[in-house]
Amino acid sequence: MASIPGHADAGHGHEHEHHHPTGFMRWVTTTNHKDIGSMYLWFSFAMFLVGGVMALVIRAELFKPGLQFVEPEFFNQMTTLHGLIMVFGAIMPAFVGFANWQIPLMIGASDMAFARMNNWSFWLLPPAGTLLVLSLFMPGGSGGVGWTLYPPLSTQMGIGMDFMIFAVHILGMSSIMGSINIVTTILNMRAPGMTLMKMPLFCWTWLITAYLVIAVMPVLAGAVTMILCDRHFGTSFFNAAGGGDPVLYQHVFWFFGHPEVYIIAIPAFGVVSQIIPAFSRKPLFGYASMVYATSSIAILSFIVWAHHMYTTGMPVAGQLYFMYATMLIAIPTGVKVFNWVATLYRGSLSFEAPMLFSLGFLFLFTLGGFSGLVLSMTAVDVQLHDTYYVVAHFHYVMVAGALFSAFGGVYYWLPKWTGHMYDEGLAKLHFWLSLIFFNVTFFVQHFLGLAGMPRRIPDYAPQFAEFNMISSIGAFGFGLTQLLFLYVVIKCIKGGPKAAAKPWDGAEGLEWTVPSPAPYHTFETPPVVK
Amino acid sequence: MSQQQHQAPYYYVPAPSTSMIWGSGALLCLAMGTIFWINGRGAGPWLVLAGFGLLLVMLRRWFGQVIGESESGVYSKRVDVSFRWSMSWFIFSEVMFFAAFFGALFYARVLSVPDLATLENQSLLWPGSTTAWPNAGPGFKEFFSPMHAMGIPAINTLLLLTSGVTLTWAHWGLLENNRGQLKMGLFATIALGALFLCLQAYEYIEAYHQLNLKLTTGIYGSTFFMLTGFHGFHVTLGAIMLTVIFVRVLKGHFRADHHFGFEGVAWYWHFVDVVWLLLFIFVYWL
Repeated sequence: MASIPGHADAGHGHEHEHHHPTGFMRWVTTTNHKDIGSMYLWFSFAMFLVGGVMALVIRAELFKPGLQFVEPEFFNQMTTLHGLIMVFGAIMPAFVGFANWQIPLMIGASDMAFARMNNWSFWLLPPAGTLLVLSLFMPGGSGGVGWTLYPPLSTQMGIGMDFMIFAVHILGMSSIMGSINIVTTILNMRAPGMTLMKMPLFCWTWLITAYLVIAVMPVLAGAVTMILCDRHFGTSFFNAAGGGDPVLYQHVFWFFGHPEVYIIAIPAFGVVSQIIPAFSRKPLFGYASMVYATSSIAILSFIVWAHHMYTTGMPVAGQLYFMYATMLIAIPTGVKVFNWVATLYRGSLSFEAPMLFSLGFLFLFTLGGFSGLVLSMTAVDVQLHDTYYVVAHFHYVMVAGALFSAFGGVYYWLPKWTGHMYDEGLAKLHFWLSLIFFNVTFFVQHFLGLAGMPRRIPDYAPQFAEFNMISSIGAFGFGLTQLLFLYVVIKCIKGGPKAAAKPWDGAEGLEWTVPSPAPYHTFETPPVVK
Repeated sequence: MSQQQHQAPYYYVPAPSTSMIWGSGALLCLAMGTIFWINGRGAGPWLVLAGFGLLLVMLRRWFGQVIGESESGVYSKRVDVSFRWSMSWFIFSEVMFFAAFFGALFYARVLSVPDLATLENQSLLWPGSTTAWPNAGPGFKEFFSPMHAMGIPAINTLLLLTSGVTLTWAHWGLLENNRGQLKMGLFATIALGALFLCLQAYEYIEAYHQLNLKLTTGIYGSTFFMLTGFHGFHVTLGAIMLTVIFVRVLKGHFRADHHFGFEGVAWYWHFVDVVWLLLFIFVYWL
C-alpha cells in the first residue's frame, strides 16, 4: 500500500533538541499523540470502573423488591452519574484515545495538528470528572435528575446540580477542542497520495463524528447554561409563568442528545470496519457506500431528536414526521450491517479476540438497532417510554455496540502499542464472559420493559422480581469480568511474545508499516501512498 | 515563499509544555468559584478571581509562545492551513452555540407563548395570558417596555457594519504593505467596537432603569438579555483579540504572505457582525 522512506529517525527531529520531562511530568506536559492517546484510554477505563460501580449500586438495590441498600434519592443520583460518567467520561474519551493513537499512524502524519491543544483537551477531563464525583459530597448530594438533566427537577436541585452543569461545560470544551484537532488532522495532514477515499474507514468515521461533536456540544452548553440561569439568575426559559416551557429544554437537549448517540456509535463502526476485513482477509465490502452511509446517518441524526419526546405532548403531524425520519436511519445503518456481513462472506475467517468482539458487536448492535426501530414507532413508544425496554435498547447499543467495539479495538492495536502479544486465551475468556453476562443483564430487561417496569425507580412490584434478580447477577458478573480485561492489558504491557510490525496477516494500512511498539515519533517525513 | 519558510520543518510539532495543566487548574478554580459564589458560600469570588487570573496568565503564555514560533518562521504553509481549518470549525461551533439561544427565542414566540394563551390554558391554568410579543408570561404582573429597534440598536448596527468595512480596508493595507492604512483601519475597527460596547452598556442601563426590562422579565427578558449579552461578550472578546493584533502590528509582525493571526481575528469579527444582524432582525425589530 505504501512505501516508507525510513520513519523513526528521519525528518528534522527538532523535538529531540528540547528538554523532555520524565516521570509524572512527562504525562502532564506531553504533546505526543501516542502519550495522549494512552492517557485518554486509561482515563476512560478508570471512569468506566467508577461508572460501573455506580451501575452495581443500582443493580444491588434492584436485586429484590423493596428498599435494601440505598435511599431513593441516592439511587437517583447513581442513575444520573452512571449515565453522565459512562457517556462523557468512559465511552467518548475511549474513542478519542483510539483517534489519537491511530489517526496519525493511519494517515501518515507526524502527530495531531495541534499537539498542545491535544494535551489540553485531555487534561480538561480530570477536572470535569472531579466536579462530577465531588457533586456527590455536596449538601443534598448530586443531582438525581437523570443524565438528561430535565427541568423543572434540575432547576430545583441543590448545589450538586451546579457541579454537574460546570462539569458538562468543561467536558464540552474538551470534546470540541479534541474534535477540531481531529478534523484538522484528517483534512490537512494526510500523507501525499492519501486521498480522502483511500483513508482507512476509521478515519472517515472520526471525521464525521468530530463534525457532529462540533455541531452539537455547543448546543448542550447552551441548554445547561439556560438551566443555570433559570436556577440562579431569574430567567424563565423553562418556567411557564414567565412564558417559557420545560419542554423547550427537551428539544434543545435532544437536538444535542440524538447526534450524541451517533458520536458514540460511529467511531465504534470505524473500529469494527478495520477489524472485520483484517480477520476476514478481504478488503472491506462497499467502502464508498460505507462512507456515504455514515455521512447519511450523521445528517439524519440532526432531524429526528423528538422521537425521545413522543409522550411530552406533540401534534400528531410532529409524531408522524419524527417516526418516519427515525425509521429512515435504519436504511444507512442496514447498508453498514450488510457490508460487514458481505465482508465476512467467503472470507478466510479466523476468530481472535478482536474479531470475536466485532462479531459480538455485529449481532448485538443490530439487535439494539432493531429494538430502536421498535421504539421509533410512536404508538409503541407511548407504551414503552421510560420503561426498562428503553434501558435494554440503549445498553445494547452502548455496551454491546460501543464498548465491545472498544474492547475489540484495544486487542487489535495492543500489539502495536505495547510491542507484545496479549494473552489470547484470557482475551477470549474475557469475550465469552462479557458476552454471556451482558445478555444475562440486559436481555431480560426487554421483558421487564414490555411488562411495564419503569426505569429510574428503586423499588418495583413483586412480579418483576425474577427478571431483576437475573439481571443483577449478570451485572455483577459483567463488572467482575472487566477486571480480567484490566489484567490482560497490564500483562500485555509488562511482557509477552514479541509482536511483529504486522501481527495480523490480514491487516492493511500504514500503522502496520511502523515497528511494534510504534516508535515515539513516526512519519516525521510523510510516507508516499500509492 | 520567503527565506524563513524554506527552513521550516515539514510540520512543526511543539515541545512539551506546562501551560495546559495550568489552564485546567484555572478552569477548575473558575468553575468551583462560580458554583460557590452563586450559592452564596464564602470563598467563591476569590476562587473566581484566582481562576480568572491564572487563565489570563496561561493564555498570555501560550499565545505568546505561538506568536513567537510564528514569527521565528517554524510554521510551514501546511501549519497555516491547519490554523485556517481550525478557526473555521471553531466559528462553526460558536454559530451552534448561538443557535441554541435563537432556538429558544423562536420556540417561545412560535410555540410556548401562543400555547399558554390557548382557550384551555387560559381558563384552567393561566388566566390573562396573551399571544402578543413581547411577552413576559402570564405570571409576570409588572409593566415593562420592550427595546425598540430604531434607536440605539440601529446605530449599533451601523457601527458594526462600518467596523467590518474598516477591518477589510486594514486587510487591504496589509496585503499592499501599506502599514499606515493597516494601523488606521485596525484602530478604527477597535474604536467602533468599543463604541458599540459603550452604547450596549447604556442600552442595558436604560432597560433596567427606564423600561423596567430586566433579565427576570419573563421569557422576553430572558431571551433578550441572554442573546444580546452573549453577543456583547463575544464582541468584547473580538475587541480584545483585535487589540492584540494591533499591538502585534505596532511591533512589526505580519507580512503580506504570512498573517493568519490577523485573518482569523477578522473572520471572528465578521461572525460577530453577522450574529448581530440576526439579533437586530429577530430580537429588536420583528
